[in-house]
Amino acid sequence: MRAVRAIARREFAAYFGSPTAYVLLAVYLTLSGYFFYSDVAFFVTFGAQVLETGLWRYVFIDFRLVTLLVLPLVTMRLFAEERKLGTIELLWTLPVRDYQLILGKFLAAWGFFLVTLVLAMIPFAVFYVYHPFALGPPTAGFLGLLLLGTAFIACGLAASTLTENQVVAAMVTYGILVFFWFMTWNEAVGSEWIVRVLLLLSLFDHYYSFATGSIQTADLAYFALFTLFFLYAGLRSLQSRAWRGVV
Amino acid sequence: MGSPRSITASGAGEICAEHLQKAFGATIAVRDVSFEVARGEVIGFLGPNGAGKSTTLRMITGVFPPSSGRCTIAGHDVVREAIHARSAVGYLPERTSLYGDMAVEDYLRFVADMKQIPHREVARAVGRSMAAAGIEHVAHRLVGNLSKGYRQRVGIAQAVLGDPPVLILDEPTSGLDPEQVSEIRALIRALGDEKRTVVLSTHILPEVEMICSRVIILAGGRILAVDEPANLERRLRPFREYSVRLAMPTPDVLAKIGALPHVAEVASRERDPLSVPHSSAADGTEVIVRVEHGFDMRREIAATAVGSEAGLIELRPVVMTLEEIFLALVGGEGDRRANGGASRSGPPAAPAGEVH
Ligand SMILES: Nc1ncnc2c1ncn2[C@@H]1O[C@H](COP(=O)(O)OP(=O)(O)OP(=O)(O)O)[C@@H](O)[C@H]1O
Ligand SMILES: [Mg+2]
Repeated sequence: MRAVRAIARREFAAYFGSPTAYVLLAVYLTLSGYFFYSDVAFFVTFGAQVLETGLWRYVFIDFRLVTLLVLPLVTMRLFAEERKLGTIELLWTLPVRDYQLILGKFLAAWGFFLVTLVLAMIPFAVFYVYHPFALGPPTAGFLGLLLLGTAFIACGLAASTLTENQVVAAMVTYGILVFFWFMTWNEAVGSEWIVRVLLLLSLFDHYYSFATGSIQTADLAYFALFTLFFLYAGLRSLQSRAWRGVV
Repeated sequence: MGSPRSITASGAGEICAEHLQKAFGATIAVRDVSFEVARGEVIGFLGPNGAGKSTTLRMITGVFPPSSGRCTIAGHDVVREAIHARSAVGYLPERTSLYGDMAVEDYLRFVADMKQIPHREVARAVGRSMAAAGIEHVAHRLVGNLSKGYRQRVGIAQAVLGDPPVLILDEPTSGLDPEQVSEIRALIRALGDEKRTVVLSTHILPEVEMICSRVIILAGGRILAVDEPANLERRLRPFREYSVRLAMPTPDVLAKIGALPHVAEVASRERDPLSVPHSSAADGTEVIVRVEHGFDMRREIAATAVGSEAGLIELRPVVMTLEEIFLALVGGEGDRRANGGASRSGPPAAPAGEVH
């Protein structure tokens, strides 16, 4: 546990020791703030009544996009950078297990995302001051966003173990995530049960109920499985050095 | 050091490697390497580029497992009991890669956490490792801003952090300036004196002679020889050689030197085209005096040369270069049939007991 904490702390400090972290934060907050503002304007202009379906839904669906854009850029360095610098060689000879490396890195990126989410709540707070609202639905929305981001981070981390090139790691992550997004869009895919299975697997279809303020056990389970699957994939990829011999 | 140890690992040594083999795809980087290192021994891996030194050290330290064969450190299998084995090892990789964005002391604290050094002892352990590597005065500088030599020292500090009984250093002096090279060598020797087991790799022969009690010669992924550095030369060259420069090498004085006890031969230096531009009349003429091993005849040779007014300019031992050693080792194995020995300094290489 101590090793996990040490890795997480080091990585987290590394994020905030470099300008990229601040650039990514700024991008996230600017885009999400803009989406929030335009969604509120939309809500007011069209005189919608129900916050859940008229505002929060759009806000969180928009936030999803920003998260999709930013998180792969956060996770791309996790292992790719270590490979490139060669520091991973030392990590592999220290008395720590591979799963501890994975967990430590994961927690660092996750901590970064938490910071981002907390800052992304600022527009909500401002809105609340002028127009108090029920806190439940947006809380569910943020929980959904957190789970979605956690899944993104696991996926990005696994991609980062594959290469020493950060850009490649980010592109692979985008590829996987966008695939999980678009795979239900193909209505011509054939029989209905295939569509049903795809819906079951689709990353974003499990997000929509959070966006409208409801928490479903199936969705929680889906995100947990998605995250665990990619963490495990990352672990196996790290262990593949046994036969890949890559340093 | 007594006679060279048997290289068949019996499990008694601090490091026991048995039939280590590593293949990267079709290339076999290391093949059937077995050796044993006793506690407190300082052993050197000597070999040209691509010999498989780093690959061997990486298998020992657990960077990647061997394709076949096994290795134990302090009795722990490096694959199956990886955590135990790694706890006993400090490792300096060939490419000293550190996190440039951390201060030296913070980095060492991070390593201390990773090595599970008890919380109470971290500050002291970090202080001691910095003292050992001589980097206390840069404790608060960013690693990325240090010179290469100092980064190397930080690498050594993290290796010795927590006093692991085994140190594995991959080319610890490469890329440093001469002053730092000698400082790092002194540091390694001091570490060896503390009853630590040290394994280092190098392609510099004198380095091995200076630091190591035993040397493993590696080429093409195989062990060519295992021996004490002094024995190596004795085994590969029938005589010890001295280079003697005389202003006027008369046949008379050469005969007198040749008649000294234990002197086997006095020969003129074969023309070495590279040395021509450096020799001038003032440099005199160089002759090679071959003396039986185990006898130091320098004083007698000098006295004879001076007594006969031949004008002694220089007297120095001729050490074998790495190239000569490899030629002799390889020649002792394959080329002997072809050209009667590849050693350029005389008769074929002496039969080498442990040459593989
Ligand atoms: N990760 C790898 N993938 C593929 N081949 C490798 C890898 N690492 C080493 N090799 C090959 O294995 C052989 C031995 O390499 P190694 O690095 O062990 O040599 P070395 O003795 O350390 O050489 P040097 O003195 O240059 O450091 C070389 O032919 C090298 O190309
Ligand atoms: Mg090497």
